[in-house]
Amino acid sequence: MTEVWRRLRKRGAAMASALILAALASVALLSPVFAALLGIDPNAVDLLQRLSPPSAGHLFGTDDIGRDVLLRLIQGGQVSLFVGLAAALASAVIGTLVGLIAGYRGGRFDDALMRLTDGVIALPLLPLLIVLAAIDLTKLGVSPELATAPAMSLYRIVAIIALIGWTTVARLVRGATLSVRTQDFVEAAISQGTPPWRIMLVHILPNVASPIVVATTLSVGNVILLESVLSFLGLGIQPPWPSWGNMLTNAQELITAAPLLAVWPGLLIFTTVIACNILGDGLQDALDPKAEN
Amino acid sequence: MTRFLGQRLLQSIVVLLAMSFVVYALIGLMPGDPIDMMIKSDPRMTAADAQRLKALYGLDQPLVGRYWAWLQAALAGNFGYSRLFARPALDALWPAVQSTVILVGTSFVLALAVALPAGVWVARRPGGRADRWVNLFCFAGISVPPFWLAILLIMLFAVKLGLLPAGGVPTRAGAGIGDHIAHLALPVLTLALLQIGGYLRFMRAAMIEALRQDYVRTAEAKGLSPMRVLLSHALPNALIPVVTVVALGFGGLFSGALITENMFAWPGMGKLIFDSIMGNDFNLALVALLFATLLTLLGNLLADIAYALLDPRIVYAELKP
Repeated sequence: MTEVWRRLRKRGAAMASALILAALASVALLSPVFAALLGIDPNAVDLLQRLSPPSAGHLFGTDDIGRDVLLRLIQGGQVSLFVGLAAALASAVIGTLVGLIAGYRGGRFDDALMRLTDGVIALPLLPLLIVLAAIDLTKLGVSPELATAPAMSLYRIVAIIALIGWTTVARLVRGATLSVRTQDFVEAAISQGTPPWRIMLVHILPNVASPIVVATTLSVGNVILLESVLSFLGLGIQPPWPSWGNMLTNAQELITAAPLLAVWPGLLIFTTVIACNILGDGLQDALDPKAEN
Repeated sequence: MTRFLGQRLLQSIVVLLAMSFVVYALIGLMPGDPIDMMIKSDPRMTAADAQRLKALYGLDQPLVGRYWAWLQAALAGNFGYSRLFARPALDALWPAVQSTVILVGTSFVLALAVALPAGVWVARRPGGRADRWVNLFCFAGISVPPFWLAILLIMLFAVKLGLLPAGGVPTRAGAGIGDHIAHLALPVLTLALLQIGGYLRFMRAAMIEALRQDYVRTAEAKGLSPMRVLLSHALPNALIPVVTVVALGFGGLFSGALITENMFAWPGMGKLIFDSIMGNDFNLALVALLFATLLTLLGNLLADIAYALLDPRIVYAELKP
């Protein structure tokens, strides 16, 4: 572990990315504090102050219905980062389970799970996400109040992205499990009568952790991109809750009136995603013993 | 080879059938249903009328029964009628496919024309200054939200500079070829910028790997010129994995251009899929989604075949179907 840390520290871009992500996350977590400090409600509409330019009261100005842009960016960051982390972790858990079981059990079980994985990979991702996001939950027996609650849009987007996003981790974990399970310490555990779930979790999982960490870091960035796309289309996080994606929904119409409104949220998505990708890439090299410089 | 192809084909058909059922079931869960819409548009309709209509369209049947009826009609080439376009769904799909082929094809060629040579070029000196800048550019291309890139390009080229139209297609009769190219420019640029990063990084990695091989050292030791070593010894081998990834990416592009097509009002498959889902045009959404899946599956199949054909070390029997 110290070895990995030493090698990661030598990668300036990856370390800078980690710092940027940490800074963004801390600001997002402290959003209630900022709201209290500024004394502004991020959802408070003020039609007399529409599209006002940056001022002492509103450092980044206001949007098309007079809400403070800076505070909404901070809150939107909280939502977008939460969705990114939660959906990436959920995908990682599903993918790890599928990969471990497929790789450890082998045979028909493995065949069936891998065909399922291939099938999911072959699906057109974005259209399918749009269909899943547009589904009327009341037709599934969810009460109307619950189905239209803003919090529901948050959980729903995490669930649908996890439902489709687990395949990368599943393939990686399966491959790694196949090579670990033939090693002596696994054979030894089996011969001692250790139950399969214990072998998978205690003996195999720690040895296949690196690809999971790398893939999950990279997928946080991807999930944030997907969330922003769905929210931009009006299918993700529902207003009045801000997310970086839904803050851009009206941006195209306001392009001449307030071009900066279109710039900030996109810039934050871009920064976060590129930081995740560079950090993931750096981790991949740091965790790969063959890639010494 | 035949056996391998047969297995892959069979598997693709199974995925397509499964996808058709899943999409059929999901679309039934979308807000609104066709009978509700008829009731809304005709205030004189009674509950009994609604029941009769439901029976007429088979909407009182359970899901599996309805799907079976749809599948039988679909296999006979009848995909139903499009609500939005007021004509058979297949007729509405076809022009959109053509538009997408123009957009996606152009951007694909442009992206590869930039990415492949640049990838080979930076692979000569990994970690060098050019490599680091190109790498940052690649990460930017992979990480930029597609709709935001489109907004920025519209802001720059359409609003600020006024050089290019912000979207749509030429509608005036007798629009010249220049007008067509002007309308194509921004969506093609957006799609190309989104793709270059991924392909460039892949080409670079494959090339670095190839340059590490013993036969490259042998070629260098023989005294061949660096250019010769690069282009006729390392490149052909590096291209094998790249061809696979390119084939995989191409299938996904048809639905992947959804955002770009919507941002620039380009009347292609992606916009059609989005509009039909949002507009409750179930028949059209189904056939468009299935067509997109079919293209993705074909891309995967091509990738496998290309891989097997290009690399003689791969024995077909060993390839897991």
